[in-house]
Amino acid sequence: MPGPGRAPIVEARAIHKHFGHLHVLKGVDLTVAEKELVFLIGPSGSGKSTLLRCLNRLEDPSSGSVVVDGIDMLDPRTDINKARQRIGMVFQSFNLYPHMTALGNVALALRKVQGMGKAEAEAKAAAALDRVHLADRADHYPLQLSGGQQQRVAIARAIALEPRVMLFDEPTSALDPELVGGVLAVMRELREDGMTMVVVSHEMGFAKAAADRVVFMSDGAIIEEGIPSEIFTNPSHERTRAFISQIERH
Amino acid sequence: MTGWERFTDSFFNARVMAQYLPKIVEGFFLTVELAALIIVAGLALGLLLALVRAFAIRPLNWLIIFMVDLFRALPPLVIIVLLFFGLPNAGVELSGFVASWLALTLVLMAFSEEIFWAGITSVPKGQWEAARSTGLGFVQTLAWVVLPQALRITIPPLTNRTIAITKGTALASVVAVPDILGAANAGVSFSFNPSPLTLGAIAYLVLFFPVVVLGRWIETRFAWKR
Repeated sequence: MPGPGRAPIVEARAIHKHFGHLHVLKGVDLTVAEKELVFLIGPSGSGKSTLLRCLNRLEDPSSGSVVVDGIDMLDPRTDINKARQRIGMVFQSFNLYPHMTALGNVALALRKVQGMGKAEAEAKAAAALDRVHLADRADHYPLQLSGGQQQRVAIARAIALEPRVMLFDEPTSALDPELVGGVLAVMRELREDGMTMVVVSHEMGFAKAAADRVVFMSDGAIIEEGIPSEIFTNPSHERTRAFISQIERH
Repeated sequence: MTGWERFTDSFFNARVMAQYLPKIVEGFFLTVELAALIIVAGLALGLLLALVRAFAIRPLNWLIIFMVDLFRALPPLVIIVLLFFGLPNAGVELSGFVASWLALTLVLMAFSEEIFWAGITSVPKGQWEAARSTGLGFVQTLAWVVLPQALRITIPPLTNRTIAITKGTALASVVAVPDILGAANAGVSFSFNPSPLTLGAIAYLVLFFPVVVLGRWIETRFAWKR
C-alpha cells in the first residue's frame, strides 16, 4: 500500500484500453508510491503489459488519466519525450540497438535527448554500465553479449537517464534460467538504492523477497492486491488462488 | 577460312577494334557519367520518398505508392522513348542523354524506394519502442536507431537493383546517345564488322565488375558485429 507520507509517483485512474473490439483494460486504477516496488501478475492476456505501456504512453489509453511524477501524461500539451525520460522501461526482448556498442546504446539518449557532449555522455553511460556490473563489456555489441548481459545493458540504458520510476515488462521471460539471477540481482540493487519500480513478471521468488505489493490482474481488471505473503499464501479470490497454484506448480 | 577464323575475324578483328577503340572509350566515360548521375539521383530520391512515407501521411503516401508502382510497371525503354519523343509535343525538348538519365533515375527511385521502405518496416517494433521510451522523438528514432539498421538490410537488394537498372544505360543508344553500346553499334554499322560489340562488352565488364565487387565488399563491411 502507498504508505502515509509517501508521495505517489504513478497515479493511473480509470484506465480503459480498447484494441478494436477487444476491451483490454476495463477501468484500472494503479497508484505507486515513491520507492515502492509493485509487482503486476496475472494470466497472459490479462492486460498487465498493456497497463504498464499506458504509464509511459507507449500505448495511448482509450480513456482515464495517467500522472507520473506530477506530469499529466495524457495532456496533449505535455512534452512526451521530456516526460518519458523520467520513466525508464525495460522490455522482455531487451531491444538493444544492434548497430551500437553497449556504451553507445546507453549514451544515445544522453546525447540526443539530454544534449550532453560525447565525453560527458560516455562517462555517464560508463557509470551506468558499472552499476549493472558490465563496465568491462562497454565496447561489446549486443550480439556479442549473453541475453542476461543484454538485459542488464538495457537496464543501464534506462537508469542512465535518472528516471523517477522504472517499468519492467517481463524482464527475465526471454532468458535462459541460469541468466535470470544476474538480472534479478541488478533489480534488487536498484530497489535497495530506492528506485520506484513497477514489474510485470512471473518471478514469484523475487516478488516474495522484494516486492512491497503484488497486484493480481485478470481479464483487464485488478482482482486483488496486497503484500506478497498475503497474495501468495492466502489470496481471497478464487481466480488469484487458481493462478498462484498454477504458477507454483512450475 | 575455317569457322574459327571467321569467328575471330568477326568478333576479334584487331584492325576494326583499334579503329573504334577511341569511340568506345568516349562511350565508356559517357556511360560512367550517365550511370553515376542515375545512381546518385535515383537512390537519393528513393530514400527521400521512403522517409516521407515513414511519416504516414495518407494522401502523400497514396501518391508515393502510385508513382512507385507506375515506374516499376513501365519498361524503362518505354519511359525513355516517351520522354524523348513524347515530351517535345508538350514543348519540352530533352536531349537523349537527359531523357535517358531522367527515365532511369525515376525507375531506380521507384525500386529503391520500395527497398528502403521494406528495410525501414523490417526493423522490429521493439527498436522504436525502446528508443521512444528513452525520450527520443520520432525523427531522432528514425535517424539514429531505425535508418542505420534499415540501410544495412537494404544493401544486398539495393546493390542488385542498382546494377540492373544502371545497365539499362545501354537503352540510351536508342535515342542516339553515344554511350558504350551506342558507340559500338555505330562502329558495327560503319565497319560492317561486329568486333566493336566485343569491345563494348569488355567496356561493360570493366565498368560493372568493380561495382559488383564493391557491392559485395559493402555487404561484408556492414554486417552486424558478432
